[in-house]
Amino acid sequence: MANVISDETIEYVGILAKLELSEEEKEAAKKDMGRMLDYIDKLSELDTTGVEPMSHVFPVQNVFREDVVTNGDESEQTLANAPGEKDNMFVVPKTFD
Amino acid sequence: MDILSLTAVELAKAIREGKTTSVEATQAVLDKIAASEDTYHCYVTVEREKALQQAAEVQKKIEAGELTGPLAGVPFAIKDNMCTEGTLTTCSSKILENFIPTFSAEAVLNLEKAGVVILGKTNMDEFAMGSTTETSYYGVTKNPRNPEHVPGGSSGGSAAAVAAQECFAALGSDTGGSIRQPASYCGVVGMKPTYGTVSRYGLIAYGSSLDQIGPLTKDVTDCATVLEAITSHDPKDSTSMKREDTDFTSALVADVKGMKIGIPRDYFGEGLDPEVRDAVLAAAEVLKAQGAEVEEFDLSLVDYAIPTYYTIAAAEASSNLERFDGVKYGYRAQDAEDLHTMYKRSRSQGFGPEVKRRIMLGSFVLSSGYYDAYYLKALRVKALIKKAFDEAFAKYDVILGPVAPTTAPKLGSSLADPIKMYLGDIYTISINLAGLPGISVPCGTDSKGLPIGMQLIGDCFKEKTLIRAAYTYEQRR
Amino acid sequence: MAKQYETVIGLEVHVELATKTKIFCGCSTAFGGRPNTHTCPVCTGMPGSLPVLNKQVVEYAVAVGLATNCTITQYCKFDRKNYFYPDNPQNYQISQLYLPICRNGSVEIEVAGEDGNAYTKPVRIHEIHMEEDAGKLVHDDWEDCTLVDYNRSGVPLIEIVSEPDMRSAEEVIAYLEKLRLLIQYLGASDCKLQEGSMRADVNLSVREVGAEKFGTRTEMKNLNSFKAIARAIQGERERQIDLLEAGKEVIQETRRWDDNKEYSYAMRSKEDAQDYRYFPDPDLVPVYISDEWLDSIRSRQPEFRTEKMKRYKEEYDIPEYDIDIITGSKHLADIFEASVALGSQPKKVSNWLMVETMRLLKEKEMEPEDIRFSPEHLSRLIALVDGKVINSSVAKEVFQVMFEEDVDPEQYVEEKGLKTVNDEGALRKVVEEVIAANSQSVEDYHNGKEKAIGFLVGQTMKAMKGKADPASVNQMLKELL
Repeated sequence: MANVISDETIEYVGILAKLELSEEEKEAAKKDMGRMLDYIDKLSELDTTGVEPMSHVFPVQNVFREDVVTNGDESEQTLANAPGEKDNMFVVPKTFD
Repeated sequence: MDILSLTAVELAKAIREGKTTSVEATQAVLDKIAASEDTYHCYVTVEREKALQQAAEVQKKIEAGELTGPLAGVPFAIKDNMCTEGTLTTCSSKILENFIPTFSAEAVLNLEKAGVVILGKTNMDEFAMGSTTETSYYGVTKNPRNPEHVPGGSSGGSAAAVAAQECFAALGSDTGGSIRQPASYCGVVGMKPTYGTVSRYGLIAYGSSLDQIGPLTKDVTDCATVLEAITSHDPKDSTSMKREDTDFTSALVADVKGMKIGIPRDYFGEGLDPEVRDAVLAAAEVLKAQGAEVEEFDLSLVDYAIPTYYTIAAAEASSNLERFDGVKYGYRAQDAEDLHTMYKRSRSQGFGPEVKRRIMLGSFVLSSGYYDAYYLKALRVKALIKKAFDEAFAKYDVILGPVAPTTAPKLGSSLADPIKMYLGDIYTISINLAGLPGISVPCGTDSKGLPIGMQLIGDCFKEKTLIRAAYTYEQRR
Repeated sequence: MAKQYETVIGLEVHVELATKTKIFCGCSTAFGGRPNTHTCPVCTGMPGSLPVLNKQVVEYAVAVGLATNCTITQYCKFDRKNYFYPDNPQNYQISQLYLPICRNGSVEIEVAGEDGNAYTKPVRIHEIHMEEDAGKLVHDDWEDCTLVDYNRSGVPLIEIVSEPDMRSAEEVIAYLEKLRLLIQYLGASDCKLQEGSMRADVNLSVREVGAEKFGTRTEMKNLNSFKAIARAIQGERERQIDLLEAGKEVIQETRRWDDNKEYSYAMRSKEDAQDYRYFPDPDLVPVYISDEWLDSIRSRQPEFRTEKMKRYKEEYDIPEYDIDIITGSKHLADIFEASVALGSQPKKVSNWLMVETMRLLKEKEMEPEDIRFSPEHLSRLIALVDGKVINSSVAKEVFQVMFEEDVDPEQYVEEKGLKTVNDEGALRKVVEEVIAANSQSVEDYHNGKEKAIGFLVGQTMKAMKGKADPASVNQMLKELL
């Protein structure tokens, strides 16, 4: 395996992705990611000099909305699935120290 | 009359002619579900009461002449990654175990406008990540043609429901083959339209630049009819295309004279099951006998499609799935004191292993220092793949090949080796990268009796050519 | 000898645009309202929702770019900035990294200078990009948790990123004033720091005077007044110099300014990797600003302050000081011009703005942008004085009411019976009574005490409840005495 994923990398990616992996999952993730990256490295065989990265397959541009209010009070729907609600707001663990 | 054996279009006709009613058909299919769900498990949620109520309303409108369309009264199943107002929508994930959308996907609304009855939500690979419907949090779906085998995925529940007569037609979504491959495994017709043809509004995103909703049906006529019903230009989806030529049913013509069909040699190389190869080549012969010009050609870059796809899809997925965090909806871990622990536990407990694997990979390829080498590189290769198809379509009207290298594998045999599983997507994936339409049509069975699918690939916006070719094959085989 | 340090400052200024709706959905941007009442699936990150760009946001961003001499990126895109925080419902913010809408601009700032040595200097603008605002987090003390309101989520912002061209708090404030005025003139935002419609993050480093390389910078957030910005710059400069003097290093980090404690605190935690994994948003298509579109935005650009000052000097006979103050606020200038257009004499309009308006603004701690009275009413008030319908002290009273409630002065004067009594007979009668009742003063006047007449005028005004023209009273008193 050409790509060796370190514990630090798995830890770091876990922070980025907000995933908490067990030791067992971490080991599996290191192996899986290494193998996937080896596989993805195949792309480096291709010379893509001068090729523009393609985000959209079609050259569609300028899709806009007019600046007109179309929505009313939808707070009931917004909060319908809230795991925690208080005073018409979502409740989360505290974010301030 | 055996209602369940009718196609969607035949059923609608029977209802219009008063030979049966929407309620009767709905009741029949609900009975079938009750009888066979224990075996196949196609659905995550069945809305029995709602479906019967909707059928009664639809029936009234049909009788009043308010609903006259070719699908009015027909019971449908919807893949569980499309929002349905008031009905649980889980993406087959624990993280959405209690999520009840407050709006319906545009494609679902379009179906409802056409007067269909929604039976429920079908099982799938969690967040559409998988090729077997085994990554669902709600249990595996089994292939109705042989319950020891997988139905394919990720729209495995929809394909199986059509095959098991647990619905008359279904919607699926296709990011890398997720409609075509289960259609092939279950022996039904499945189509991924050109990117932008069906609105993605209300489809819970996996890979936004690749996702498209499409039909899974019993035959090509149903497929064209359903596609026509769900196609719309939606101002709520910036990537939705304004199209004129959406009268897809007008292409249900058994005539391929002069149609140029290219067979990519690269699709018939190593790894392809000989039985699949023979069945697909035999299907090509049928079209040739009907006057199509069939020739082999070299479609380059096939080997690069999978790494390109997994880079782009994982990157987009890692971002699309960030919103599942336990704050606004869905599963929240209860034991977390602080915010970040709440995030991590909710997500770690809420997502399954395959979803986590792709989120990790996607976060990595976008992370500082790797973006250019992985993500941008993949977008460049995507451009090359698109170009290769453009060149092919300068010569051919249709590209013909297999849908998958094998027929449906046995349950439990795929997940152990992710890369091997990803390799199974080799013939379907580049179509999503290039935004092209593709259809899977049954073309026989292998020695074990498992269905084989032929894939027809068209140039952008050329669904009608595909429908014409598929219909011709279906009629003349 | 102690080392001399130079402060190097660059700013990231966020401005909330004055659109009616959010950047990617049809929800209202109106302030206030119950929490989450201006929300929909899009701005709360519901599964399956998709963004569609508000065209007006592009127009405003281009207008600001043109006003700050930027090059407009005619082909621009949106990117996702990924980070987890509950005020950000999707856990990514739609912003622009790779192709921001405006680049390479600059504005000329005027700085008063330390010892009255005023100078001007250019501040370069690195880029301006469009993005969405976050929701609001409210701390709940009772249950020790945080509450989230998404009413502000998705409100359009532009972020104006300067080059590190500023060297003092004074320059920073001059730059902010300049931006604020330009943007207010464009009508693209009201730019209120206190309300958060204009917010500045300060990137600051120090280096020894004469050094070529920049020092390590920190980014300070949570600065919501010009005074806080000035204090934060001073505080952070000192903190960094102390570190360097102690032989320590400045760490590149984001710090939160606490204006009460006058100290900044590092915001970094293990969970903030600051690796935003930007990539083009696949849900949005690129924006192409054609030459024609650009020209049409350019042709609608308003007259800016410099041009306005020049024109006022040529067209109106008012002091330069007045011109400076009036054009210092777009709203004030609008009131001035509209009142003049309604026929009021420029000098008189200017007087009302310079004296009474300024006095009341100061008294009520308001900004010129908060003025609510209409030019029509100001014009009518001036006409009432001109026509001697009311006298100037009554006018001041009426103006105060007008300032507070934007009443129609004609109607108000009528209702409250404040008209000057111009009936000569009635006035003569009152004056005669005052003369009769104040024989001492009359005698004083006749004995050459000119001042005594003032007292008699006062008495007459009092008897007439202020509704007389003091000049007429004076004249009649002289006549009758």
